[in-house]
Amino acid sequence: MTRRLMEGAEAIARAMVAAGCRFFAGYPMTPFTEVLEHMARLLPEVGGTCMNAESELEAVGMAWGAAATGTRAATGSVGQGLSLMQESLSEICHARLPLVVLNMARGQGDYHQATRGGGHGDYRHVVLAPADVPEAVQLAHRAFWLADVWRNPVLLVGDYYLAHVQEAVDEGVADLPPVPDKPWALDGSTGGSGSARMISPLGLAKRGDPSFVEYGRHLETIGDRLAAMEAGVEPLAESIGTDDAELVVVAYGTPGRYLRYVVEELRGEGLPVGLVRPITLWPFPSAAVAAAAEVARAVAVYELNTGQMHDDVRLAVLGRRPVSFIGGLSFDNSGFGIAPELDVERLSARIRRALDETARTAAPA
Amino acid sequence: MSDGPTIRGSVPVEPPLPPGRLVDDFVPSLILEGEHSLCPGCGEPVAMRSVVETVEELELTQRAIAVFGIGCYTAFSGNLDVESLQALHGRAPSLATGVKRTRPGTVVFTVQGDGDMVNEGLAEVLHAAARAERITCVLLNNGVFGETGGHMTATTVLGQRTKNTLEGRDADRHGFPILIADLVARLDGVAFVARGSVSSAGDVARSRRMLRRAFELQVAGAGFTFVELLTMCPTGWFVDTAEAPGYLRDKLAEVHRIGVLKDTGATTSAARSGGGVAT
Ligand SMILES: Cc1ncc(C[n+]2csc(CCOP(=O)(O)OP(=O)(O)O)c2C)c(N)n1
Ligand code: SF4
Ligand SMILES: [Mg+2]
Repeated sequence: MTRRLMEGAEAIARAMVAAGCRFFAGYPMTPFTEVLEHMARLLPEVGGTCMNAESELEAVGMAWGAAATGTRAATGSVGQGLSLMQESLSEICHARLPLVVLNMARGQGDYHQATRGGGHGDYRHVVLAPADVPEAVQLAHRAFWLADVWRNPVLLVGDYYLAHVQEAVDEGVADLPPVPDKPWALDGSTGGSGSARMISPLGLAKRGDPSFVEYGRHLETIGDRLAAMEAGVEPLAESIGTDDAELVVVAYGTPGRYLRYVVEELRGEGLPVGLVRPITLWPFPSAAVAAAAEVARAVAVYELNTGQMHDDVRLAVLGRRPVSFIGGLSFDNSGFGIAPELDVERLSARIRRALDETARTAAPA
Repeated sequence: MSDGPTIRGSVPVEPPLPPGRLVDDFVPSLILEGEHSLCPGCGEPVAMRSVVETVEELELTQRAIAVFGIGCYTAFSGNLDVESLQALHGRAPSLATGVKRTRPGTVVFTVQGDGDMVNEGLAEVLHAAARAERITCVLLNNGVFGETGGHMTATTVLGQRTKNTLEGRDADRHGFPILIADLVARLDGVAFVARGSVSSAGDVARSRRMLRRAFELQVAGAGFTFVELLTMCPTGWFVDTAEAPGYLRDKLAEVHRIGVLKDTGATTSAARSGGGVAT
């Protein structure tokens, strides 16, 4: 397929529709709004439905209902709207429904929300974090695929840059294996059969059905499924220079893209720095981070918040190397949490400082 | 001892009636197990039975999808032989919207309590109604959070004693009840609104006509349809089981008046027969 110059929000919307998404519901909030606008235009053209929900609570409810009929469905918002959706997201996981959820975030303050969740009970979501528009297109397809394979919500985390940057995009997608059928999908047809279908966070079979289990047992089964999902979903990361880096920087999403540039520049100057850019935030690519840390003397985490992914990096490194935090909040009048932090000079100064620190602390006494 | 009438003093005493029937001696159609965990004298089982029997009478069994809220009636979401989807507290109308929009050929109904619909999820039902969603929302209104043990809801009538209005609901302190059916009936996009009750056999029969009309209009694509059923909750009302139907009629139904509030397609006599204002 030919490459086309496209804005991120449009590219994500087009990729979702190409991936078979036929139901979308949302409530405006920048920069999620931009995706919603494209979905409102694109979905009716293919016989799909885009709902202007009255709130994020209802947006996620509508998407939940659509997912229950076996329709590829998605919703999303920004961190605040995602906060409102948490109760539903955990229950959708317990009801074992596939759903794709966008968080077109402001800054990266929602890392804990995305990877830990603010909902109740034991639940997990796969979390994908593209750094640029072509990757977002690939991951949008992958999100629907993973959701169907694991019957679980998948979060795609973007931001203002990703929504607005224009890039040349090849809309052709790497082949993904086929997904399982959906014999569980509601269509009304099993009524009166003695075991009508049921989709419930409380259990997935009616009383009297041979597969009926009590609630506690159902939750244990969900726990087993989550463990299988954690082991089964391939963790993805991009690594640069980790064979010889003394300082490994870890960053994701748009900052990961900036850091990729900065790290390559610094390596061009001969500085021993490397980068691990997690693409799946859950499951976290701990093995890639640990392997890079093994070679290096120290690890530094850059993210646009006061230190959240820092936890996961420390868990991956398990005390074998010092893990410093070199990120921070980035606020300007736009309110979108993008500038002034994302500045190549600033980023490279921070990495140089961290590298100096590494050399000093590692130097013989 | 003889088997004939016994004589106590001079008054002949008839032998006692056969023992009352247990719930699972008889299992209504489309209900999987007759045994349930709801209280004796609860109005919700008969309301649920009325809903599913209406579905069956209209030959909609293999098209129907039920979406349940959270309250005592939730016990039925896993016990009906129609397909069902369990929602969170308050959220059934939005799930039902997603179902109906993606499967327009199905017949979708929600079952919610007053706490679920009128407290936690008031926005949902109003917006679904205004969007003219082709669904039927059934409200089981007992004026309390039955499930949590009898607390005030938005439909609790003035003077009604609940666990958190011990002296009775007082407008100054607790505000006024929301007459949800009246509110819904005012919205464009709504094809049918009725309020029935299950406090007597006659009321049940009339409620079933309302349900029938609502489902017929949903099938015809007429718009949003809404049936509120007043149900007994002797446990949450702290009244004797046998007194609950009378309490319902004297207290709840005096405020939440029974009748058909709106029927945009009411031309046939069958449609009218569900109607009339309560006395
Ligand atoms: C978000 C949330 N808040 C509170 C509850 C606790 N809760 C469960 S059932 C219920 C009240 C149910 O009342 P109603 O819908 O009137 O049903 P009833 O039990 O009276 O039939 C409440 C408050 C809950 N499940 N979820
Ligand atoms: S508490 Fe009330 S509503 Fe709940 S089962 Fe008992 S009588 Fe029915
Ligand atoms: Mg109630």
